[in-house]
Amino acid sequence: MLDVMDNPTHFALSRTLLQEVRMLASQFQQTFGRVPSFMEVCGSHTMALARTGIKKALEGYVRLISGPGCPVCVTDQVTIDAMISLTDGVDRIICTFGDMMRVPGSYGTLMQAKTEGKDVRVVYSPVDAVRIAEQYPDQEVIFLGIGFETTIPILAAAVKEAEEKQVHNFSMWMSTKLVEPILRQLLHDREVLLDGFLLPGHVSMVMGRKHFEFLATEYDMPAVISGFEALHMLSAIRHLLMLALKQHAIVLNDYKSVVTEQGNKQAKYWMNHYFTLCDEAWRGIGVISQSGMDFKKEYDQFNAKMKFSVSTREPRRTKCRCGEVIRGLIDPPQCALFGKACTPLNPIGPCMVSSEGSCAAYYQYMREE
Amino acid sequence: MCVGVPAKVLHIDGFSALVDVMGSQMNVGIIFVPEVKIGDYVIVHAGQAMSIVDEQYAKESLEEWRKLVDARRDG
Ligand code: SF4
Repeated sequence: MLDVMDNPTHFALSRTLLQEVRMLASQFQQTFGRVPSFMEVCGSHTMALARTGIKKALEGYVRLISGPGCPVCVTDQVTIDAMISLTDGVDRIICTFGDMMRVPGSYGTLMQAKTEGKDVRVVYSPVDAVRIAEQYPDQEVIFLGIGFETTIPILAAAVKEAEEKQVHNFSMWMSTKLVEPILRQLLHDREVLLDGFLLPGHVSMVMGRKHFEFLATEYDMPAVISGFEALHMLSAIRHLLMLALKQHAIVLNDYKSVVTEQGNKQAKYWMNHYFTLCDEAWRGIGVISQSGMDFKKEYDQFNAKMKFSVSTREPRRTKCRCGEVIRGLIDPPQCALFGKACTPLNPIGPCMVSSEGSCAAYYQYMREE
Repeated sequence: MCVGVPAKVLHIDGFSALVDVMGSQMNVGIIFVPEVKIGDYVIVHAGQAMSIVDEQYAKESLEEWRKLVDARRDG
């Protein structure tokens, strides 16, 4: 089945799809007198569109706007600072996904804390953090729980494991985000002109196609769920163009091999078992009500916010424009610091650090030499 | 952080499975896909299998794209 991915005829398929997309985009331009604009909601799409060269190949045909889909990038500075200052306590092991290590806090990074001798560990899965807690019963192990709907069930799986094994020295500092509320916010604010959404395949595999139907029924927005290979993305953009041309607002599943109508019932069950909706602060946007998930009261014993207090100062102000980047208001090169003061080696904002950040994607794959 | 990798299930042991991802093997949790069988492909994210890949649909997409190539060639 997976020869599907590396078959040489795929080059021909991609080329044909690209030609189709360009042709439809030109039709759109003739009909509406402007270039069609689609937002890719997911940070993995931002990276994949840049890496595969699709974004560049469509310049002048389709405007692809990066949305608020990189979990580290949308986390507000106060939360980032709080997570980093968790390293201040004694007898603690902080576990995190790798993306967080170099994210600039106002007063340092996790990487710097590690260099200074704090025990900060990158784990592949939050369940690994539970294992570390078992190995070091005299230490408190705290996992930094950042992510969207794809990751929230995985955080739940770790809590489930800790609960079953009665691991009392494991907890999580949650800062999770949900896609639906931020899309509603963007559509409410209408700061950017959009003709449709390229929806994230992996969030959709958890939540299901139906979850996104509100885009069509309430906001009249076409949307297409897409996978992450070049063929998937070109195919999804092609479908989006056909819908936009017909002004036909439906939510189409173009990743049926992985995404179902209802999503993954088990994953939804476990995330709702341990966590409940909470208000979350988004970088450059502010607090959006019920836009994230945090522990239910009865699981306080795993809630790091209940176990530990951190002191944070007023975040330091920088000229970083990540807030505007994640709302799709500017492209990274429009930030004066891009590629000059801010590079992947010396990032000023999270969008330049994360493997899903728009600034990092631009820097790696789309920079004019 | 969000990119899932398709992996082939080699062995199942209770709530976890041994999978092959592009030649390397690892253990992943399968609590979200309890119906998974040996030989299935799954999408793995951060140590958990999140979805079983439906090969029929994967083939259908490919067919749809191939038809486009043919249509262009003929047209
Ligand atoms: S280039 Fe750097 S400073 Fe500018 S918006 Fe991106 S991350 Fe922030």
